[in-house]
Amino acid sequence: MNRNLLVVLFLFVGITASQAQTADEIIAKYFENTGGKEKWASLQGIKMMAKLNVQGMELPLSIIELKDGRQFSVATFQGMQFYQEVFDGTSLWGTNQMTMKAEKSDAETTENFKVNAVDFPSPFLDYQKKGFKVELLGKETVEGSETFKIKLTKKPIKVDGKETESVEFYYFDVADFVPILVESEVKSGPAKGMISQAKMSDYQEVNGLMFPFSMTAGAKGQPGGQTITFTAIELDPKVEDATFAFPSGN
Amino acid sequence: MKKNLLLSLSLVIISFCALGQDAVSRGKELFGDMNARHIGPALMSGRIADLELHPTNDRVIYAGTAGGGVWKSSNGGATFNPIFDDYCQSIGAVAIDPSNPDNVVWTGTGETWTRNSVSVGDGIYKTVDGGTNWQKMGLEKSERIAGIQINPKNPDEVYVAVLGALWSDSEDRGLYKTTDGGKTWNKILYVDKTTGCSDLILDPNNPNIIYAAFWEFRRSGWNFNSGGNNSALYKSIDGGKTWNKIHKGFPAGKLGRFAIAAAPSNTNILYAVVESEQDKDKGLYRSEDGGANWKQLNNDFEIVVRPFYFSRIVVDPRNPDVIVKGGLSGSISRDGGKTFKTLGLMHSDIHDVVFDIKNSDRMYSGTDGGVYRSWDGGTTFEMVENIPVSQFYQISVDNEEPYNVYGGLQDNGSWYGPSSSPGGVEARDWVRIGVGDGYRVLPHPTKKLIYSEMQGAENVWRYDPAKDQAKTIQPLAVRGDPKLRFNWNTPMATSAFKPDRFYIGSQFVHRSEDMGESWEKISPDLTTNDPIKTEQGKSGGLSRDNSGAENHCTVFTIAESPLDENIVWAGTDDGNVQVTKDGGKTWSNVVSNIPGLPKNTSCWHIEASKFGKGNAYAVFTGYQKGDMAAYAYKTTDFGVTWKSVISPDVTGFVRNIQEDYENENLLFLGTEFGLYITIDGGKSWMKFTNNMPSVSVHFIDLQKRTSDLVLGTHGRGVIIIDDISPLRQLNDETLAKDLHFFTTKPAIIPESNGFGSTSTETQFVGNNASRSAKVVYHLKKRHTLGKMTLEIQDMNGNKITDLDPGKSKGINIITWPYNIKPPKVAAGKTFVFGGFTPLRVPAGKYKAVIQKGKDTFTNEFEVQYDPTSPISLADRKLNEETAKKLFDMTQELAYLVYEVDETIKAAENLKAKNPGSAKSVAPILTDLTKLKETLLVTSGDNYVGMGEPQLREDMAELYSKVAGTFYKPSGAEMKNMEAIQARFTTAKSDFKKIKDKHMTKLTEGISKNKLEPVIVKSFDEFIKEQ
Repeated sequence: MNRNLLVVLFLFVGITASQAQTADEIIAKYFENTGGKEKWASLQGIKMMAKLNVQGMELPLSIIELKDGRQFSVATFQGMQFYQEVFDGTSLWGTNQMTMKAEKSDAETTENFKVNAVDFPSPFLDYQKKGFKVELLGKETVEGSETFKIKLTKKPIKVDGKETESVEFYYFDVADFVPILVESEVKSGPAKGMISQAKMSDYQEVNGLMFPFSMTAGAKGQPGGQTITFTAIELDPKVEDATFAFPSGN
Repeated sequence: MKKNLLLSLSLVIISFCALGQDAVSRGKELFGDMNARHIGPALMSGRIADLELHPTNDRVIYAGTAGGGVWKSSNGGATFNPIFDDYCQSIGAVAIDPSNPDNVVWTGTGETWTRNSVSVGDGIYKTVDGGTNWQKMGLEKSERIAGIQINPKNPDEVYVAVLGALWSDSEDRGLYKTTDGGKTWNKILYVDKTTGCSDLILDPNNPNIIYAAFWEFRRSGWNFNSGGNNSALYKSIDGGKTWNKIHKGFPAGKLGRFAIAAAPSNTNILYAVVESEQDKDKGLYRSEDGGANWKQLNNDFEIVVRPFYFSRIVVDPRNPDVIVKGGLSGSISRDGGKTFKTLGLMHSDIHDVVFDIKNSDRMYSGTDGGVYRSWDGGTTFEMVENIPVSQFYQISVDNEEPYNVYGGLQDNGSWYGPSSSPGGVEARDWVRIGVGDGYRVLPHPTKKLIYSEMQGAENVWRYDPAKDQAKTIQPLAVRGDPKLRFNWNTPMATSAFKPDRFYIGSQFVHRSEDMGESWEKISPDLTTNDPIKTEQGKSGGLSRDNSGAENHCTVFTIAESPLDENIVWAGTDDGNVQVTKDGGKTWSNVVSNIPGLPKNTSCWHIEASKFGKGNAYAVFTGYQKGDMAAYAYKTTDFGVTWKSVISPDVTGFVRNIQEDYENENLLFLGTEFGLYITIDGGKSWMKFTNNMPSVSVHFIDLQKRTSDLVLGTHGRGVIIIDDISPLRQLNDETLAKDLHFFTTKPAIIPESNGFGSTSTETQFVGNNASRSAKVVYHLKKRHTLGKMTLEIQDMNGNKITDLDPGKSKGINIITWPYNIKPPKVAAGKTFVFGGFTPLRVPAGKYKAVIQKGKDTFTNEFEVQYDPTSPISLADRKLNEETAKKLFDMTQELAYLVYEVDETIKAAENLKAKNPGSAKSVAPILTDLTKLKETLLVTSGDNYVGMGEPQLREDMAELYSKVAGTFYKPSGAEMKNMEAIQARFTTAKSDFKKIKDKHMTKLTEGISKNKLEPVIVKSFDEFIKEQ
């Protein structure tokens, strides 16, 4: 009797173990759990209202991302508007905080931005068509939770003139199949070589799609981090082309 | 029935999983936001074992360190980052795959510069993504790997030189080869259990040609032997199938450790440094025919010095006659090895040097004190300043604010530095308080004096930092004494009862009651006094090496009970545990009462407990006998009985244990591979991995006032885990709750607002402890789905501010810098910096309120003023009131400007819609514009093009000055406020006058043209709106 129970047990455990996931299964499950791949694929754009808590100061943000790669983000502070990472299809630009005038990003940053523009709404959506590769590296405990660690290799970018592999590591919660952490190596600037982290939580539904309403960016092993909280997300917003344009007569 | 079966089945499975879960995962599930912070220091860095350059990208450099893992530079050596934190930190060799150098790198663990303090490795690792992720590829029992060579034409073919065990026989030594990228290994050359493969060359022009050096060597706790009849240099020309000794021209007899190199520009030219029986035969040999014949060239000091520590020779990739030899200072030859000159000044003990791939003037050197760069062919060297791989043997802390950390380092003296410092803990914060190899450093319990020592107690100093005076105070032999045997790492201890009492151990315990001025032996020889283990004069083998590092049969640890000054424990390196209950009159050796402990296992540390006079913990290391097991025991009856406190969760032999001061079941364990924590008295252990590398933890201290856990690591400097008090509150009940708030000590508002650090971006700066108030809670499950918010409220439930809550399973720590928020300032076209200055809250009680889905969790906590502050309560209150007044005034001005703007907007709108009204609205527009120009800057930029400051700028500036300090406002500030207040009153009255004069007309015009009337929000609405 006992022996039988043990056999059953081992079978059971064996089955659990053999139900190992592949990266594609995890990604499929992610889309299934967050609204369905088709719905994600038909999404043309999103507009997000958000707030950033900086030392107790709430910075309101408005962000627009479109399927064609155009993007817009603006923060309002002391009656002034600060544009950051605005992309009109050609130029990437933002506000210089000294002159309050628009300035274009350097050529390499702009080119890298264009390479990554295909990420919308998720780099995993039809990733093969984008020329991306995924690999399941195994399970890892992050944020105290067990996750699947998936390596996403995107199209290479340029760093200080040299072509460099663009890799991100996504950690999908094993229970919910949504990413709770994304990591990548910082490729330039003073933090070069450190691992940047974005933690995601507060997933909520917007017209049938699940979005993380809270994201915290920081560097691995470093204290602090900056949380962005989304207060409203609008799907397929109506936007004017002029919104993204580099200001003339600047 | 079936349901029940399923239920019990799943229960069993769950418990199976729990059992199977490792100490790392359980730690990650519990410790959450508790993160280690590293304070270095990096100014003296630590021992570098191996340097490797990317073969085509001159920006990429790898440094394998003796105890601090692998570091990578991507900027030509300006800075390095650690890339191997999760694994064994003792590195033997790093190798970059020449056919895929951006991605594939191999790391062999276990340093091969076999000094007495060297650590151990646990196999070979490989990354296929440039060091972001690593996978272990076997050779777990190799203990130390001396070289890795990858076939440039076939990346799956890799040769690995396994030097092997230092303190014991091993059949795992030898030369290994894989042909499947590391999945399987074949031992292709083996000599015997005592002789390991110490160096390896693969001819880059013909990967079938391999040279492998073998070294017969052995270390024990009391002796070192280099050399024997089995040391040899071998060559294969068929990819390792067959081997021949190539000794023609070498001396006969016993040989020791070889250093070998082939000139990359002509691989027939080989160099070998030979250790042999006769001094005249030792030194550099050169072959010009691939090793068939050798000729001796040089036996200068730098060439023959300490082969076990410096067997590295490197040839310039472009010139076969330029060679560099590692050594005490390192030396370079530019005539093919005939003559050498010393390399430029850097930290002594040079273990590796590499020439840049494009420019031989650019060189990198790995020393006992970090990585150095040269730009002029080795004449001058500058140090890389951001590699904190310092190797502490011991640390201690004081009770200053902030507290200081004291400690001694491998070959880098003794130091103390602050646990926090304005702008971060940087190089300038550290003070040198000893030379040589530093070990124990103890602050005097009550006076501002410091005891420090150098190796073997050659000097023990009592140092007065205020006067910069050091006095040597170690016990010296008196008439009738035998030779005093001091360990290389001599124990010292102070007393909790008599501040001037000081203990030092030789084979005896010495006690001084006058800070080391005079000494009394309070014990007999407490060791085994084994004559075989006390013949250090014979140590070294072919190269005599009697540095004192092998002194044995010595007392290694002394602990006076914190409960009774007459109870003193002493542990010896030859395995005795001695205790006295009468201040040293009588001693009992209680080691034989310890179950499962092999005889003569070194007692590394004794922790006399705070929870009972008879209570103590003792940890033991057997690694110097090849025994890598973990040993830690507890007694509650003065050593009559002992119980192991080790569980199978623990990896690595144990160096130290620290008991918590409040919770007897909370213990911290330092092992060779990291930090372990138990909350159940040692029944189970979790590994702490949050920003904590798998580094050897040599010593642990717990700062009583702050509850900070301070770790002296042997390879990553001082690492601190701030305030471990939440761990004291963990139990089954708290862990079972969905959310549990931990009780926190009252938070003290820090009164500092200085100017920060002086470091540049290429220098290491250690993070400070956060001095914010902390909201600390445990989540049973990670919060992923649904909304979660955290706000701070006053005790009446009014919201003070929002904070971003942590969502991690386990412990979350959210900081609140005592701020409400900055004032809403008038909308303008330029910044006003006062708008960045938040208002500080007064001391008092507050509530943290977490809303998680439908559940609300509340916790009260207290904020206090600094009790040591010289600022009086009245002054502080005046500061707060004035700041609040200016805060309110700033917001009122913002509202006034808003009203003005809305009115201007309405007038402009009327003008636009009905151009005929231009004339009628002109006066109000003129008056309002004029008024507005006095209210704030309306033109210019945020830098030097800014317009003249107006009311908004002056008001915000004053607000920022007052709110940013802690003192009462100065007389000038108070008078300035009066003036600003008067200007504001005038402005308000001017606005009223303008409205009285023109508003009726404007309203009529708007109404006539059926336009939207001027609707102004209320003040409260305006302030709430973002």
